[in-house]
Amino acid sequence: MLRSALVLLPAVLMFADPAAANKVFVTNERSNNVTVLDSESWEVIATFPAGNRPRGITISPDGKELYVCASDDDTVRVFDPETYKELHTLPSGPDPELFALDPSGNPLYVANEDDNLVTVVDVKTRQVLAEVPVGVEPEGVAVSPDAKTIINTSETTNMAHFIDASTYQIVHNVRVDQRPRYAEFTADGKKLYVSSEIGGTVSVIDLTAPEPAIAKKIGFAVPGILPEWLQPVGVKATRDGSRVFVALGPANRVAVIDAATDEVLDYLLVGQRVWQMAFTPGEEFLITTNGNSNDVSIVDVKEETVIRSVQVGEQPWGVVVAPN
Amino acid sequence: MPNLSLVLAAFCMAMLVSLPSRAAEVRTAILRVDRVAGPPISRLDAPPADLGFAGGMLGNEDNRTTGAFTGMGYTLKTEAVSPENAAAAFDALKAEGFGLITVIAEGDILKALSDRAGPDVLLLNAGARDEALRDADCRANVLHVAPSRSMLADSVVQFLMWKKWSRILLIHGSHPQDGLLAESYRKSATKFGATIVEEREFVDTGGARRTDTGHVMVQKQIPVFTQDAEDYDVIIAADEAGVFAPYLPYHSWEARPVAGSSGLRPVSWHAAHEAWGATQFQRRFEKLSGRNMREEDYQAWLAMRVIGEAVTQSGKADPVSVRAYALSADFELAAFKGQKLTFRAWNGQLRQPILLTDGRVTVSISPQDGYLHQHSPLDTLGTDAPETACQAFGG
Repeated sequence: MLRSALVLLPAVLMFADPAAANKVFVTNERSNNVTVLDSESWEVIATFPAGNRPRGITISPDGKELYVCASDDDTVRVFDPETYKELHTLPSGPDPELFALDPSGNPLYVANEDDNLVTVVDVKTRQVLAEVPVGVEPEGVAVSPDAKTIINTSETTNMAHFIDASTYQIVHNVRVDQRPRYAEFTADGKKLYVSSEIGGTVSVIDLTAPEPAIAKKIGFAVPGILPEWLQPVGVKATRDGSRVFVALGPANRVAVIDAATDEVLDYLLVGQRVWQMAFTPGEEFLITTNGNSNDVSIVDVKEETVIRSVQVGEQPWGVVVAPN
Repeated sequence: MPNLSLVLAAFCMAMLVSLPSRAAEVRTAILRVDRVAGPPISRLDAPPADLGFAGGMLGNEDNRTTGAFTGMGYTLKTEAVSPENAAAAFDALKAEGFGLITVIAEGDILKALSDRAGPDVLLLNAGARDEALRDADCRANVLHVAPSRSMLADSVVQFLMWKKWSRILLIHGSHPQDGLLAESYRKSATKFGATIVEEREFVDTGGARRTDTGHVMVQKQIPVFTQDAEDYDVIIAADEAGVFAPYLPYHSWEARPVAGSSGLRPVSWHAAHEAWGATQFQRRFEKLSGRNMREEDYQAWLAMRVIGEAVTQSGKADPVSVRAYALSADFELAAFKGQKLTFRAWNGQLRQPILLTDGRVTVSISPQDGYLHQHSPLDTLGTDAPETACQAFGG
């Protein structure tokens, strides 16, 4: 009951005040800091140090704690999104890269590439609750909308592991193409999208049957771009179930996919080496990090056009937008 | 073993069951054939006792982790022998039932072993670079995960052309393999429009490679050796025997960079490489072995992963099926080089980017931008399908 109320809360606020500006936090992997943008003016309003090699980033549902994987510090740093001061750190295991927060705000599921583990961290007590052995080089982490299932992708084993969030046991493994990077559920929990960077595909996994199974593999083709460089990484699905956006890395494009048919509709030209993405709370805009051009691109979600790019720090990697 | 495909078929139909019990075991072996060689010029290059084996063990561990989810077990046996004992050791492995054997050996030995193997054994070449083994002397039962000399030479010359350093002074050693490497550089120069303005041979006159205060003599000899050459931009050293190349940088008569067997070296792997998730891979290796990863280790890891991927994806573990899947259009392997690695179906060579290193960092990676190909930019490295004399793959 409490959990669903929390999930609904931002949506309610969004409709109450659609024009609200939000803070956008971008990790800069090379310059070791976080750039803060305003989602209305798209101006840089602050930059603060975030430890060594900041990559994955997320924020608590109440907007009070900002979590940053400081990969070279082997820790997750927690910042106050208002003051930008570091509050404390969380035990993460070595070289944390990506993580996902339970929809309720606790716990945090962290992929540890070096140890073939997913570490479950209680963000309140700052204790490790469990370590789940997974495949080789765990990378992407996602939590199902009902919070019952955790997904982890392992880059060298090439699987999506389905972990029961109550027992921390693996219940299913689905084989996908080479080097799976990111997993994204649809809002209704009926489908899971898994991007395979080297395989060049996004696997659409049907979750409505008793056993999850690949329903389709989405491939990509852009005239003038070598197939080798069509490397899907970040994936974001709209809440209304209409669109899925896929960042294509060194192809410098974001693919727009019809979520009903899982067909590619369009490719949007963004900055270089587009990596991760985040929506604004009302999903009016999608922000993409472009690692090799040191900027972020802002996509108008409804128009499906890139409206501007904003210079940030060096090698932007992850992005999250504060809730309303 | 006969029940394997049945068990796997049932398993696959169950669509990746949760933590099944071990259904089958894939037994692999690595045979390393060590020719007795003198100490290298730099003691940093001395081969560790577990050269190649440690990489194979990591690949086997990776396969086992994956196998825990697919119900497939993997074992690896490693063996190092002298050239005289290679045939007997190989026959013994065959008699023990090993059908997937990775070989780290020189080309002539690999060729002899492949002729002993027969069609029911698959060899994975993780050592020999000989062009002939991929060309006129190719064997249907050998897949090459190690890059060929021509792939390595092409990767260097592409970079030099990108730098517009197109005038080359080629210095090669007097050993047969040096001659083969020099020939690869000549072909690369022709292929990419570079000019070899002059060639010189550094004759191995024998004697100790290391002497106390040897640098005093080197400092006098090398400038004189490289004096009065035609105008050139860069020296390419072809010195597989490891006799002189490390002495060239800083000692040439003209102030010119060195590439090839020293200076900017083309390698399948380097312990400083970090891009595309390689850092984690290096760390896993270092944790396992307690040392840095070498080319032979990476190549042995590749061999294990080729087997692992073919078994996982095809559900079959016999050598004929592994070979067929590896050569099929479905095969692809992520191997920390930024793009999928696949096999050339016409000669069994694994396509792969080549790292160019100065020994400290990855300076560049070939193929270079702008070298285009109708099939894959990776096929701009090495002998391509239209030129191959390899017949054993039905080409």
